[in-house]
Amino acid sequence: MTRKSVRIAALAMPVMIAVLLFAGSPSVTANDQPSATNAEVKIDNFSFGPETLTVPVGTTVTWTNRDDIPHTVVSTDGVFKSKVRDTDEKFSYTFSKAGTYPYYCSVHPKMTGKIVVH
Amino acid sequence: MTDKKQDLIDQKLQDLNSDGIDRRGFLKCMAWAGTGLVWTMSGGIPVSRAFAKTMDRHAHKGDFSFVQISDSHMGFNKPANPDVVATLQAAVDKINGLPNHPEFLLHTGDISHLSKQEQFDNVDQILKSASAKEVFFVPGEHDVLDDNGKSYLERYGKNAQGSGWYSFDKKGVHFIGLVNVMNLKAGGLGSLGGEQLEWMEKDVKHLKHSTPIVVFAHIPLWSVYPDWGWGTQDSAQALAYLKKFGSVTVLNGHIHQTMQKVEGNVTFHTAMSTAFPQPQPGKADSPGPMKVPAEQLRSLLGITDVNYVRGQHSLAVVDSTLG
Repeated sequence: MTRKSVRIAALAMPVMIAVLLFAGSPSVTANDQPSATNAEVKIDNFSFGPETLTVPVGTTVTWTNRDDIPHTVVSTDGVFKSKVRDTDEKFSYTFSKAGTYPYYCSVHPKMTGKIVVH
Repeated sequence: MTDKKQDLIDQKLQDLNSDGIDRRGFLKCMAWAGTGLVWTMSGGIPVSRAFAKTMDRHAHKGDFSFVQISDSHMGFNKPANPDVVATLQAAVDKINGLPNHPEFLLHTGDISHLSKQEQFDNVDQILKSASAKEVFFVPGEHDVLDDNGKSYLERYGKNAQGSGWYSFDKKGVHFIGLVNVMNLKAGGLGSLGGEQLEWMEKDVKHLKHSTPIVVFAHIPLWSVYPDWGWGTQDSAQALAYLKKFGSVTVLNGHIHQTMQKVEGNVTFHTAMSTAFPQPQPGKADSPGPMKVPAEQLRSLLGITDVNYVRGQHSLAVVDSTLG
């Protein structure tokens, strides 16, 4: 290899590494990987899935009702309360403070869940 | 004391305790309800007649009947029943075809599916074509969504207290409408609450023990299946206030299937829905709408006809399906 080509290769390396890193950034991650800002809970078969969801502070959690019956999402400590959500309707809440947030469906109170914010 | 005197005392005690109706026998009779047989007690001896012939007209002045319907879920439109309007109309047609005309109707809740004005309107409209013009309601959890029962009360709570409880009398029978779908707590069951229980205690305090009582509420007042929320956490207190009465009939809805239980002087009965069936306890993952082949749907929906024969105390409860 000539000295010139070595110098070009040395310059190209960091650029190539930078490009590779950029390509692997969060903005092109697969959908089911919760990012720092969004997470999902699916409501189906009279249950919240996952029943306990752990997320970082600042996350917006979106509940989607996939059941054929309406449900609600109500914090047991009065922190958040959705209107009734029929099939395919959603409710979102952004957790700006760390803590444990138990909630339930006020229409079918045996349905319970928990969001843990760290 | 002589044997003869003791025998006489025992006989009188038995007569006092029994009103001519053996509870176990009554339960056996209820098992026939699905086939359309009606058992009535006549002089302490059960007599069965084919349903159509039985009560062409009420035998005595003071006899009457009423019909319970439940869980019309007006606004529901999923595969389990895409047309709840048609099935509610079929229920009304069934009522109008009964050989003994009911004096009034009881609706044990989940009138609407989403507590919307147009859904309540729709039910009121359809019920107008029933032969019985008077309808008494109690709310289900689907009737008190979002507004804490405000629209339900505005429409149906004119003579009620609190979240919609009330009582009334018909021909010597005392009816009590209870609300157990408000302020439900996480992980809990149906709930009556202290204020309602206090009211109920006062309401029945001065009634004669011989007064037949009918209690109606949405969620079962007995423990049908707690895992699915099919029960009321403080119903024992309510039932304690009714212990002194010789005849208590509890009519509930919520579970969209018929179920019955006799406990002492209390007969518990749940009605079918006019909208969609639900699975039997534990027979599915969850208590949601149960899909069945279209031609089977109406055989799982229905009404409950209740007959009171004066002097017999216990009410004859007969379920019939829509098809």
